[in-house]
Amino acid sequence: MLTYNTLIVLLGTGLLGANAGLVGSYAVLRRRSLTGDALAHAALPGLCLAFLAVGQRSLPAMLAGALLSGVAGVAVISGLIRATRVKEDAAIGIVLSVFFGAGIVLSRVIQNAPGLGNKAGLDSYILGKTAGIIRQDVLLIGGVSAVSLVLIALAYKEFKLTVFDPGFARVQGWPVFWLDLMLMGLIALAVVFGLPMVGVVLMAALLILPGAAARFWTDRLGPMLALASAFGLVTGLAGTAISAHSAGMPAGPIIVLVGSGVFLVSVLSAPRRGVLGRALSAWRFRRELQERKLLRLLFDRAEADRPALRPIDRSAILQGPSGPPRRLAKALDRLIARGDVVEPSGPGGPIVLSDTGMERARAVARGYRLWERFLIEYPEQASAMADLSRESVAEVLPPDVVRELEEALRKSGQWPEDGTGGRSS
Amino acid sequence: MTTSASLDRTEAEAKAKDGAPDRPAGPPSSPVLDVHDVTVAYHRKPVLWDVDLTIDRPCLAGIVGPNGAGKSTLIKAILGLVPKASGSVRVFGKPVGAQRRLIGYVPQRESVDWDFPVTVLDVVLMGTYGRLGWFRRPGRAERSWSMECLERVGMAHLADRQIGQLSGGQQQRTFLARALAQRAEVYFMDEPMAGVDAATEAAIFALLRDLKTSGKTVFVVHHDLRTVPEYFDYTILLNMRLIAHGPTATTFSPENLRKAYGGRLAILEAAGEAVRARERSE
Repeated sequence: MLTYNTLIVLLGTGLLGANAGLVGSYAVLRRRSLTGDALAHAALPGLCLAFLAVGQRSLPAMLAGALLSGVAGVAVISGLIRATRVKEDAAIGIVLSVFFGAGIVLSRVIQNAPGLGNKAGLDSYILGKTAGIIRQDVLLIGGVSAVSLVLIALAYKEFKLTVFDPGFARVQGWPVFWLDLMLMGLIALAVVFGLPMVGVVLMAALLILPGAAARFWTDRLGPMLALASAFGLVTGLAGTAISAHSAGMPAGPIIVLVGSGVFLVSVLSAPRRGVLGRALSAWRFRRELQERKLLRLLFDRAEADRPALRPIDRSAILQGPSGPPRRLAKALDRLIARGDVVEPSGPGGPIVLSDTGMERARAVARGYRLWERFLIEYPEQASAMADLSRESVAEVLPPDVVRELEEALRKSGQWPEDGTGGRSS
Repeated sequence: MTTSASLDRTEAEAKAKDGAPDRPAGPPSSPVLDVHDVTVAYHRKPVLWDVDLTIDRPCLAGIVGPNGAGKSTLIKAILGLVPKASGSVRVFGKPVGAQRRLIGYVPQRESVDWDFPVTVLDVVLMGTYGRLGWFRRPGRAERSWSMECLERVGMAHLADRQIGQLSGGQQQRTFLARALAQRAEVYFMDEPMAGVDAATEAAIFALLRDLKTSGKTVFVVHHDLRTVPEYFDYTILLNMRLIAHGPTATTFSPENLRKAYGGRLAILEAAGEAVRARERSE
């Protein structure tokens, strides 16, 4: 049963996750992931100072304090990089630990001070706690998410260009500095509002994981943003639900573990970029190469036997230093199963290309000889152009070069003509 | 900032978008490019010293010089991408900030992340962003114009590829198509022929000639001395200082090259060969 309170909490964390996923995608693409982490850690002292100033746990005041000190942290980072010889990673590391250390000290000061209001809420900002979210917080979170969504929808192309190629954007006249600052501001807002839920230590993970996971599923920016928001939403909801059901579990680590799960599934199973998908396509490619090699060998043989097309012994093709090469033998089995190669005198007997097999073999031989010729004629361009994954050179080489290579092959009698080795019928 | 002004749309600009080419703004007599006394320094180390350069008429200009001569820096300083320690730049008589619409740019290929989630067509469409102005998205007109630009660099069949799946030469052509999509009058290209295959280099050169025939000016940072006389009718020789500039026929001489490159023989021989080849062909 969903109580009103649970609903409010779920609404809040879902929105937070979706927003973090949306703007976090830009952080990932802009290579600002670590800046987000520093921002989250640097927010802690501001939170504590606001608590000290107000004297009690008030979400708006503490978030304002967090935003101020978080942004101050980022400003110190960029100041360090500009004014000194400190590099970005070192600057981030320094700011992150100094601000976080100061924040922890301040939080202890608050714990030990007598006469302050409810202090219990403060620890939840370090590792995150969702139970305290109330209706007013949800409205605030909803407002921030709406601002991000509207800005990103309006200035979609401006942000896209700024993040992809800031130099070009400046030459075209866009105020890159301000656009970049606006994006950074959206990231800062997302981080600060995520603090009560996930906590300063792990907030960066909620920012980074959805975007990084979404990148595996798509090669387009729009779908990536939508997917990252969806992942963020699911992560927030599921993480909250789990942590609410297990007593004493801080929400931050649970939410981050759920997000890591989404990421892990993406890394493994995304069709083209995922580890499994890539392994599968690499495996297919190796098989394909073996088949192409076999077809080529059979074609060379048929060409030599012209005009007759004689079945030949398996062993004539399947020769290796230690018996018949296993992979090539398997490739032969596949070609036979597909009907590209036939065995006129029964299984295990001599083999010969079928009509369809000859068709394919000729195409493969053409492609191979064109590549070979290209490497001979243009050795200096081998690295720039050679691409074994393409069966047809025409996909890579310009048409006039292909014609020229073809002509050269024809002249030397190496061009696989249409009639070559056709099956005598 | 002058930038926002250049993005405002007016009726005349809307008309220009529908095909009529922009006329260069400013008085008709003003030079294409006027670089005055430009000095650039990184961490107080000078990279460019007192460069004065005036280009009166449209031309195909090669910017040539040894490694570290400040060739790319010159382009970036002109475009306002690196701060100038001193000096000023005018394009058609006005500061660069007021002429963004007339400027096309091809950055170095390494300057962007090629794993970025965009397609070839997306990148070319970015060339039309400047004319679209704030918040307007590219529509059918921009799409078909961008496809035309892709056609001109022989890349139309790859429009839907993610840019990371392109070869180096194809990436470079994508950047060129994006610059074409800008419909500029003056183009700045940073090493477009570095690390590309011969076919791409030939395609780029053909495109450069096209641009020149239609009255555009193109500045190209170029590293291969052997092809300078063939490719460019104007040469800018640089080695921190401006060594010489003028028509290639007179500027690309062994004396000037020695001033730019010192006595390094291999380079001079290669260049000398190129000069002789040109003389023979004339």
